[in-house]
Formats: sequence, structure tokens, C-alpha cells
Amino acid sequence: MAILVDERTRLVVQGLTGREGRFHALRNRDYGTKVVAGVTPGKAGQDVEGIPVFNTVAGAVAETGANTSLIFVPARFAVDALYEAVDAGIGVVVLITENIPVLDMTRAYNYVKAKGAALVGPNCPGVISPGKASVGIIPGEITHAGPVGLVSRSGTLTYQVMYEMATAGVGQTTCVGIGGDPVVGSSFIDVLERFQDDPETEAVVMIGEIGGDDEERAARFIAEEMSKPVVAYIAGFEAPPGKRMGHAGAIISGSSGTAQAKAEALEAAGVRVGRNPTEAAELAVAAVKER
Amino acid sequence: MDLFEHQAKELFARHGVAVPRGRVAWSPEEAAAVAAELGGTVAVKAQVQIGGRGKAGGIKLAGDPAEARAHAERIIGMDIRGHTVRRVLVEEASDIAAEYYVAILHDRASKGFLAMASAEGGVDIEEVAATRPEAIVKVPVNPLVGLRSYHVNQLVYGAGFDERARKGAAELLARLYDVLVAADCMLVEVNPLVLTGGGQVVALDGKVSLDDSALVRHPDLEALRDTSAVDPQEQAAKEKGLNYIKLDGYVGIIGNGAGLVMSTLDVVAQAGGKAANFLDVGGGASAETMADGLAVILSDSKVRGVLVNIFGGITRGDLVAQGILDALDRLGDKVQVPLVVRLDGTNAEEGRALLAGSPSDKVIPAATMLDAARKAVELANAKAGA
Repeated sequence: MAILVDERTRLVVQGLTGREGRFHALRNRDYGTKVVAGVTPGKAGQDVEGIPVFNTVAGAVAETGANTSLIFVPARFAVDALYEAVDAGIGVVVLITENIPVLDMTRAYNYVKAKGAALVGPNCPGVISPGKASVGIIPGEITHAGPVGLVSRSGTLTYQVMYEMATAGVGQTTCVGIGGDPVVGSSFIDVLERFQDDPETEAVVMIGEIGGDDEERAARFIAEEMSKPVVAYIAGFEAPPGKRMGHAGAIISGSSGTAQAKAEALEAAGVRVGRNPTEAAELAVAAVKER
Repeated sequence: MDLFEHQAKELFARHGVAVPRGRVAWSPEEAAAVAAELGGTVAVKAQVQIGGRGKAGGIKLAGDPAEARAHAERIIGMDIRGHTVRRVLVEEASDIAAEYYVAILHDRASKGFLAMASAEGGVDIEEVAATRPEAIVKVPVNPLVGLRSYHVNQLVYGAGFDERARKGAAELLARLYDVLVAADCMLVEVNPLVLTGGGQVVALDGKVSLDDSALVRHPDLEALRDTSAVDPQEQAAKEKGLNYIKLDGYVGIIGNGAGLVMSTLDVVAQAGGKAANFLDVGGGASAETMADGLAVILSDSKVRGVLVNIFGGITRGDLVAQGILDALDRLGDKVQVPLVVRLDGTNAEEGRALLAGSPSDKVIPAATMLDAARKAVELANAKAGA
């Protein structure tokens, strides 16, 4: 098993004919993902290396049975693309686009949730279930199948941890990059819940960073609802307050959202917190071996 | 991006939120002119984006234009907790019968809005929140529903607003919500919201934080940005499209991905050093981006060593290495500090080979992120001793 994406995933790529969309859609297909359609209004009938293009998501779903969407549409149009996917009955949407206004995303979040669809992102690297499917921009080359679920607000930092886990010989069931924006479709808790219910996932690594209180909420969830071991890493101990550290959501406001507070909340919930990515990977390996 | 009080009030006024009459003044002469125009007693208020200006002497009442000029003379140029006052707001003084607090903001946790009200206005609201949280009424608002009259009733009745203030406060809250939505604000806050002796409800102060991701659709608000306090290196980086934040240490940091760079700052601290900056060259960094980034970092005279930490996913290690070599060429003798380079991921081997072929003795390879941090700190410290 895996979560969110697997061999049953039938992917439609919104923005397939753009530079980024094309590049990553083909990489996802090369990885083994069933990329069944693309959507670019006005380009129906064309194809991208054999992937048929449709004018609308509804059309793509009707013709190809797509059940998952990957959105590579510029910020101005990305939220429309998200509504379109959900209205067409898509169950899992991965939204890569960054710089989407918070107001647009807040409204869309509440709509998507009411519709019962799962949204990952925005401003995220996507989801990969090693050996099964890759939906997004996570480099497949550095992932290996294994028993650890990985969830992170960051992209490259996640690759770093995967790489260190690979060196130690431990792989992942699924890696989920939830994104670095203040409002994201899936929070840590949403993903932890899925990993807790996934029979193949034996332990979970969560990688957090400064800003907001998603990590603190996750800590309470772990203490109350999770039987599987969780290890964590938090980035941003040296970040000054009031500065956006790259990600829109990575900002310490006043005294809230610090790395220290997050690490303490997680430790109090029984989560082992690594001091650096290497230590986090070592803790993950140890958690698997202990079981 | 935060607005100054006078900008927030101009925005409020455009959406029908009641504010005192007044105008910004950049000089004592201008302050006197505004005071003369308004007539009567005026308040001269330092415009800074930090709290506590009243206690610092940044708000004074003036009975006539001469007094307004004298206050402005003293306030402009004043330092308030590290912020230099460059302008004052001169506005009609209000006759205050009661002070309240209201705010509407984006709530990350609930992924909706949160509207708040308290009868304890005019004081530090964070302190009220910490000591008497029950004095602040909080009402979640679903963004698909919007702020409705039942929300407003929960706020003004719940917080115990004076009967004379309720209608005016309800009207003002509705207009404040219009501001939040129309201008893509993360926060709109009025502290204090006052009930005047005449029964008017007026926003005596105003705080607005804008959503940076939405500024593209508000060029009028983007134009209000205060560039006077921007660090020159941060400005240079911004012009090159780089995500750079200056810090106060001496180890220059360059990496790809916000999380990885934040983590790099932390491991440098753990190795006993202190980072000089945050610089994320982003996904798919080209040789040119790398060269621009290094140039910005090296223009900071406090930098005694640089750590380049790249994990290639979409970013290719060979392009990063080429960027480093280009930067060395471009900057020539200006490069007087060691560059510790750690490359992994896509095309890392090709990148390392390129760097190994460089004639420069400034490039020092490192095998892992932790090894790189140790080396960079060690070399930077040695440089300080030299």
C-alpha cells in the first residue's frame, strides 16, 4: 500500500503543454505513473509525446478515467484550475504552483474540503510512492521503496533526508511534500492520519519548519491518535523573527512559530527530534529496526 | 508587507471605515500647515511599524500649528525601538468616551478568517490575550460565507461594547471586512476603536498587513512600500530576483530550497559559527543565478567564508559548479575567502569534477552537509584569526 498516489493513479496534468508541465509530466510517466491526459484550453486534439490534450478536465475525465490531477498552471489561473479539477470529480489534486494569494487559497480550501477531495499543496514538490507513482517534481532517482512514511513542508530538505535514509538502506512507502504556504490543502495531521491507517507504513518522518502551529497540532495528534513511531526534524532555529524565510508560510510572528517551540511540543508528545537532517534519518532507521 | 498608520487609514477611508480627519506630514512645516488646515487641537503621531510609540513620546497633542510644528520637529528623526521616524500623521484630536479593540485576520490554523473584539482597547492586546484571554471575543468566519450580521452581533454583544457604540461598531466591522477582502489583507486591526463623546465610532489607529503573494493585483498598494530601511545587499539581491535575507554572522550561505537553506543556517550554528545570510537560489538554479548569488554574498564585508550547499533535484550539480566557476572568473581578486562546496543529487559527480579542475585554491569540496558546515566554520574562524 501507499497513500494518495499508487499504481491505481490515473493522472491528468493541467498545464501539460507549458514548459514545466511538459517536463515534469514526462518525468512522472518515465517513472511509471499512468499519465493519461493533459488539459490546456484551446489545445484539444493535440498530444504531448502521446499524452492526449483536452480543453477541460471534465472532458479528460470522461475520456480517460483520470482520478488524480497535477496542476502546473501559473498563479493567476491556478485556483481556477483547482476548482475545475474538483468539480470534474477528481479525488486527489496536487498543486505545485507558488505565489497564490492567500485569500484565493483560503476560499478554495474550504470549497475543496466540502467536496471531499484531497488537496496537496500549493507551493509543494508533490507526492511520490516509490516504485508505484510519482505526481509532482520529487526526483524519483533518490527514492527507494520501504516502510517509512515521509511528510514535509519543504522540497530539497526532504530530498536530503531521503538521500540520507537511502544511504542507511531504508526507503519510503510514500513521500508527501505538503508545501510551504500559510494555507495548504493537506496539513501534517491529514497526512499522519493516512500513514497511521496504511498497513505498510511502519514509522513516519515529519519535517517541519518555522511559522504557524501545524507542528504543534501534529504533536497533539501523535500523542493522542498514533500508535506508529514518529521522528521529526524542524528547520529554522537560526531564523530571525518577522522575516519570510523563502516560503510564504515560514515566518516567526512575534514569539509564535519558532523552531524551538515546535521541537519542544513534538518531544513532549514522545516524538524523537533530530538536530539535523542526518540525525533525523538515523532516528528513522532506528525506529524501523526497533519494530 | 505592513502599511503605516496613515496609509492604513487612507485605505480604511476609501472603504467607508470612519477615521479622524488628518494627513501625513514629512516635515515640521508641513505638520504646522496640516494643523492649521484642520483647526483646533490635533494629535501629532510618529509613523513607525512598531508598537509602544506612545510610551516612547511619539504621540503628542498640539493646541495650535506652532505647537504642532514643535512636536513634529522633535518626533521626526526620533528612534523608536530601532525604527527611525521619517513622517508624522497630524489628525484632529478625538474626544474619547470609551476604547475598544477589533480585528479581522486570516487564521492559519482554521484556514478561515477570525474576527475579534474586546472592550479593553487602547492597551497592548497581546498582553490582554496572555493575562485575560476571556476579555477577547473570537469568532471564526468561513471565507465562503463572509462576515455576517450574526458574527458582528457575537462580537459587539459578546465583548460588552457600550450600547451607544454597538451600531457604529457593527457598521465599522462590516466595512473593515470589505477592506480585508478588497485589498487582500492578512490582518486589519483597529486599536483603539473609540466611542467619542458625541457618540461617533471611529478608528483611532489602524494596522494593516498585506498578503505579499497578492500584491501583483494591487499595484497602488505595492507603490506604498517603504524602501528607506531596506539593506543595500537585500536590494541588490532583489533586483537580481534572488531570495536573500541578511543576518548578522560571518559565514555566507547559499543553497537551493528554503528548507535546506534554513537547515544549513542551523547546522552552521551547531558547528559553532554564525550565518551571514539566508540565500535560496531556488529550483532549477542556473550558472548565472549561482554567480549572481555569490556576488551578493561576497559584497558583504563581514563574510569570512562561504558555504554552498546544493542538493540537486531539478537543480543540476554541473550547472551549479559552472556558476561557481563563472563567479570566480567574474569576481577575480575580490574573492578572498574560502568557498566550501557540498554537491549531491542530480549530476553531482559531473559538478564535483568541474570544480576539481578549477585552478582556484578558494574552492574546497566537502562530502556531506555536516562536514561542509564544520569546514566552513573552521576556515571562517581561521580567517578571523589571520
